[in-house]
Amino acid sequence: MRLAAEHVRLAYDDRVVVDDLDLELTEGSFTAIVGPNGCGKSTLLRALGRLLRPAAGQVLLDGRSIARTPTREVAKVLGLLPQAPVAPEGLTVGDLVARGRHPHQSWLRQWSRDDEAVVTEALSWTDMADLAERPVDALSGGQRQRAWISMALAQGTDLLLLDEPTTYLDLSHQIDVLELVGRLHAERGRTVVVVLHDLNLAARYAKRLVAMKDGALVASGTPEEVLTEQLLADVFDLEARVLPDPVAGTPMVVPVRRLR
Amino acid sequence: MSVAAPVHAPEAQAPPVRSGRVVRLGRVSGVVRWRDLAVPLVALIALVLVSAVSMGRGDFPIGVVDVLRTLAGLGEGPQEFIVLELRAPRVVVGVLVGLALGMAGALFQTFARNPLASPDTLGITTGASAGAVAAIVLSGGTSAGAVLGGLGIPLAALLGALTTGFLLFLLTWRAGIDGYRLVLVGIALWAMGTALTDWLLTNAEIYDAASAYVWITGSLNARTWDDALPLALALVVLLPAALATSRLLAVLQFGDDTARGLGVRLAPTQTAVVLLAVGLVAFAVSAAGPIAFVSLIVPQIAVRLTGGARPPLLASGLLGALLVVGADLVTRTVLPEALPVGILTAAIGAPYLLWLLVRGRRRFT
Repeated sequence: MRLAAEHVRLAYDDRVVVDDLDLELTEGSFTAIVGPNGCGKSTLLRALGRLLRPAAGQVLLDGRSIARTPTREVAKVLGLLPQAPVAPEGLTVGDLVARGRHPHQSWLRQWSRDDEAVVTEALSWTDMADLAERPVDALSGGQRQRAWISMALAQGTDLLLLDEPTTYLDLSHQIDVLELVGRLHAERGRTVVVVLHDLNLAARYAKRLVAMKDGALVASGTPEEVLTEQLLADVFDLEARVLPDPVAGTPMVVPVRRLR
Repeated sequence: MSVAAPVHAPEAQAPPVRSGRVVRLGRVSGVVRWRDLAVPLVALIALVLVSAVSMGRGDFPIGVVDVLRTLAGLGEGPQEFIVLELRAPRVVVGVLVGLALGMAGALFQTFARNPLASPDTLGITTGASAGAVAAIVLSGGTSAGAVLGGLGIPLAALLGALTTGFLLFLLTWRAGIDGYRLVLVGIALWAMGTALTDWLLTNAEIYDAASAYVWITGSLNARTWDDALPLALALVVLLPAALATSRLLAVLQFGDDTARGLGVRLAPTQTAVVLLAVGLVAFAVSAAGPIAFVSLIVPQIAVRLTGGARPPLLASGLLGALLVVGADLVTRTVLPEALPVGILTAAIGAPYLLWLLVRGRRRFT
């Protein structure tokens, strides 16, 4: 078990978003958390990445309470990409990706040969090497997301949490980003947790889906097990047909109408 | 950037990763951008020259070379007395104040990710003004006023600035400091400080009001070594500490979530940065009054000159010193009457920033 939530209650001030939730993420898994807006999926991801401290229960990283592990230690094992991250104006792609080495650096060692090798590799693996000198704010949305993924890769963590990495991207760039994340999982053996809105893409790329509604975990399993017509009605208030995706064979949701 | 002919060595194809020169000495390594060195260096040279010119100007003119010789310990007789005792303190206070204000501005702006965050807009200098004006205006009256007046103006100003800084910190803190909230709370404190100062001024004797007004504008008139000493001691501690936060600021700039994801302990780091910035401003303002706009403008000028992704600390400090000393020189020599330096820092700095804004592609940092 790499990462687990045990009976967590997550709240912003007095507003409880998630209550008594359990989730286990195994080594080398690729999980997508899906659910309607406001169901608490991003909140859960924040808690898994120790950005939000549970009001009750705990998050365990490699069997140890993540809240009691020094944050720098966590940063060497667990990387995260927040929703719509913002880079300072004028920062180059290379310098952005290099920041991913921060947990491995110190005052005297700010750019070791190791750092350089890892960052160079991360840039070329994400196809960003030629853009290293460009300012991040001059990139297109898809390139920008690649740059951030490259930074997460440079951090060198085997766990990676991504909060809606495809937001604001057109379909071809959504595919591009998810292919990249899929390769991180398949070729690099990364344990990946991603919050996604698009059910068809989630079913195609993730190996496991976790469906949430009103702060509770409703279903968990392979895309075929989770994406049923009954679940779509229960969780999304959606009447829909579920057909096999003609390309990948994974479940594909064809909406009919909104229920209620 | 585009390579026309195919190059076979794979390293030669891609552009360099970092936007600077890689330096490695044994286990020590880093990336140095030449503009990050050149801008502070040029600013330092200009600062020395402008300071020397400033120390040479007056009823008894002394050449730049003679001033520099005197500063190096090679001066003699009346020249030595005039430079070291009469004129140097004013310039040294100007240099130290500019250093502190420039750096504090860079700290605030990087931290809040907002170019509007400066001690002027955050109410810290206003708090200093309220303290100083209270000391000036109330010293003759009530017992509380007498106590405040007894502290002396610099100490009252320091107290006012630190109190405002403390309130700013306390009211902004919510399991961390949000840059946006910092600016909003700061503006509220600024309004309260201004109201207090205005109320004190309307109730003041006319003579007190006039001297309070000069103080509020920020002036280097009649500064002595006694004014420079507390500020110099504070800077010995605060400047290295501020420079030491630079590596963390580079990551804090990405926002709270990314910074924590990269292993930064958010709460202690934010606390340290805000306290350092408040400390720098408090001591600077207590020595020379709230010299306007230096903290707001100089970091923005510095970041445009160095071309980096955030206001550079050292360059902001040195350019702040250059602006203050330069403005003071102009008020004493070019203008028909000696205006307080604070009027001119705004008058020089603001148009220059506007020019950089109009000319540049960059929206803000």
